[in-house]
Amino acid sequence: MLTLFSEVKKLFTYTVRRVFSLIPVLIGMTLVVFAIIHAIPGNPAQVILGQRATAESIATLTKELGLNRPWYIQYADYINALLHGDLGVSLRTRGPINEEIWSYLAATAELTIVAMLIAIIVGVNAGIVSAWFSKSWFDYIAMVLALIGVSLPIFWLGLMEQWVFSIELGWLPTTGRENVRDPVAAITHFYLIDTLLQGRPDQFITVLKHLVLPSLALATIPMAIIARMTRATMLEVMQSDYVRTARAKGLSMFWVVYKHSLKNAVIPVLTIIGLQTGLLLGGAILTETIFGWPGIGRYLYDAIGYRDYPVIQSGILIIAAIFVLINLVVDLLYVFVDPRIKYTK
Amino acid sequence: MEKNPILHIKDLKVSFQTGKKLVPAVDGISFELKDGEILGIVGESGSGKSVTSLAAMGLIPSPPGKIENGEIIFEGKDLKNISEKEWRKIRGNQISMIFQEPMTSLNPLFTIGNQLMEAIRLHTDLSKREAIVRSIELLKLVGIPRAEGILKEHPHQLSGGMRQRVMIAMAMACNPKVLIADEPTTALDVTIQAQILALMKDLNKKTNTTIILITHDLGVVAEICERVIVMYAGQILEQGDVRTILKNPQHPYTKGLLKSVPDLRGKKDRLYSIPGTVPTPGSIHKGCRFAARCTEAFAQCQEETPDLFQMENDGHEVRCFLHTLKKGSGSHVGVPS
Repeated sequence: MLTLFSEVKKLFTYTVRRVFSLIPVLIGMTLVVFAIIHAIPGNPAQVILGQRATAESIATLTKELGLNRPWYIQYADYINALLHGDLGVSLRTRGPINEEIWSYLAATAELTIVAMLIAIIVGVNAGIVSAWFSKSWFDYIAMVLALIGVSLPIFWLGLMEQWVFSIELGWLPTTGRENVRDPVAAITHFYLIDTLLQGRPDQFITVLKHLVLPSLALATIPMAIIARMTRATMLEVMQSDYVRTARAKGLSMFWVVYKHSLKNAVIPVLTIIGLQTGLLLGGAILTETIFGWPGIGRYLYDAIGYRDYPVIQSGILIIAAIFVLINLVVDLLYVFVDPRIKYTK
Repeated sequence: MEKNPILHIKDLKVSFQTGKKLVPAVDGISFELKDGEILGIVGESGSGKSVTSLAAMGLIPSPPGKIENGEIIFEGKDLKNISEKEWRKIRGNQISMIFQEPMTSLNPLFTIGNQLMEAIRLHTDLSKREAIVRSIELLKLVGIPRAEGILKEHPHQLSGGMRQRVMIAMAMACNPKVLIADEPTTALDVTIQAQILALMKDLNKKTNTTIILITHDLGVVAEICERVIVMYAGQILEQGDVRTILKNPQHPYTKGLLKSVPDLRGKKDRLYSIPGTVPTPGSIHKGCRFAARCTEAFAQCQEETPDLFQMENDGHEVRCFLHTLKKGSGSHVGVPS
C-alpha cells in the first residue's frame, strides 16, 4: 500500500515537472505566432482595411490595434490577454475568437479522435496478426494494403468514398456533421456526447453516419503507418528470450502475443500514434474541405481567405499547443508502460 | 540402482529449412532419461544440444524447423504428434525449462510476482492469494531473501544470479517431473555459478526432479551430473556414467574436451584446444563427423560413419572406429545414419 502511494506521488511530481518544462516551448510558440502578424509586409491596418482605405482610417485602426507601440509592449499585451483566455476579436465576424473557436475545435477533435481510434484499433491489430503469422497470406495482403494506404492521396480517397457510399449506394451522407433540418443543440459541441446527453439516439445515429466517411478517409494513412510499425516491433519482440520463456511456461500464443509481446512493442507505436495525432489535427484541412466538416481546418482556411489574422494566429497557436500536449501525454504513457524509464529528467 | 526412464528420445532427427535445403541440426540421437537423475549434455556451440531440449519442450520454431523423424516418449506417451493444446499442458507443468540468459529471459515490463504467479495459475486452480503464498514459498525454496519484497519488483532491479533463481523458481512452480536447464550458469560469474549448481542439485534431491543440464563446461558436469552425453554436430559421440567418462574417456573428442578444461594444479602450458571448429550442419555427408578435427583419424573414418559401440562398463557407449578395431566384437546399439 505504502509503495503504491509513493509510486503515485512520484508519478505526480514527474508530471508536474514535465508540465513546467513545457513553459519555454509554449513561450516560443507564442513568439512565433506573434511574429506572424508582424511579418506581413506593410501595415497590417492597411491590409485589414484594404486598398482604398483612407490614411485617416488607417491611422485610427493602427492606434486602435495598438500597432504604434513598441513590439515588446504589444507582445506583453498579447500574452496578458492570452493568460486571461482572450484570443482577440475576429476581423470578419467581429466576435471574440475564444467563443467561436470552440465549436470548430470540438468538431475537429471529435473527427480526429474517432479517426485515431479506428487507426489504432485496426492498425495495431493488423500489425500484431501480421507479425504473429508473418509471411502468411494475411501478412502479405495487410502489408500491401498498408503500402497502398500510405500512398493514397486523401482528397482522392475522400472523393471515391463519397462517390461509392453516398452517390452510388446512398448509404451515408456526403458532407456535414448533422442533419441540417434537425440540428443538434450544442452543449459540449462534441455531437456524439451532446446527442446522448439530450437522450436523442436517433440524432446520435445520424451524427455517427456523418462521421463514418471523413473519419475513414482521415484514418487511412495513420492506420497504415501504425500497422507497419506495430508489425516491425512485434517481429523483433517475438524473437526475444522472455517470449521464449513465456512459451516455455505453457502460455497460449494469444497471451504470449497480447500480454508479453504487445506491451514491449507498444512504446515505439505510442510515439508514432502521438506524432500522427498531431499531424491529423493540422492535416484535417483537406478532409474537412472535402466533407464540408465545420472544423478548425475549415475555420482557418476561411480565415486565410479573408485575411483574418487574429483568427489565423489563434488557430495556429491552439493546434501547436495541442500537439505539444499530445506529446506530453505520450511521454507520460512511456513511464506508465515501462518501469525502467526513470522518473528523472 | 535401476531407475525407470521418464523421458525416452528415440532416433530424433530435427532439421531446419535454410534456403531450399533441409539441414539437419540433430541427426538421429537416442537417449533415456532416468527418473530422478541429473543428466549432462555436453558439446560445443552448434552441436545440437539446445535443439534437442527445445524438441523435448515442443518449442522447435516451425517453420523453419521440423522434427523429421523419431519419438519423444514422456511417461510412456509419444509427444511428437500431440496438439499444441496438449503441449501447453505439459510445458511448464510436467517439463519445464530454464535458459542461458537470465538478463533477458524475464519480461522487463512485468513484476516478478506477476510472472511467477502466471506460471502457477496457468496449471493449477490456486486463487490469487494462494498463488502469492506459493510464489513466496518458491522464492524461499530457491534461496531468495525477502521474498515478499521481490514479488513487487521488476527484473531490472535484480542481479543476474537473482534473476536466474527467479527463473528456476518459475520453472519449479508446478513441481515438474523434468527440468531442462540450457546453460543456466554460462552468463553468471563463478561464485554465482557454484551457488546455482548447488541449488539445482539440492532441488533434485529435495523434490526428486529429474534434470537435464545442457552445458559446454565439463567442470559443471563433474560437479553435479550422474550421467553425461557428449554431442557433436547433431550426433551422440559418447555417453555413460560421469566417472567413467571423466576418468576414462574413449572418444578422441571427449579426450580433447577434457584436456581443454583449465586445471588449477596443472602445468603452466598453454591450454589445449581442439583444432578446427564444429562443422556447419549439413556440410558433412560421409564419414565420421569428427574426422576432420580428429588427431587419430584414419582412412575408414573419412568414408564410413561409425555406430555407437557398447563398452565394457554398463551404459558406456562410444561412436568411434578405434574401438571396433581394438575390440572387434563391440555390439551395435545405435542406428546407423
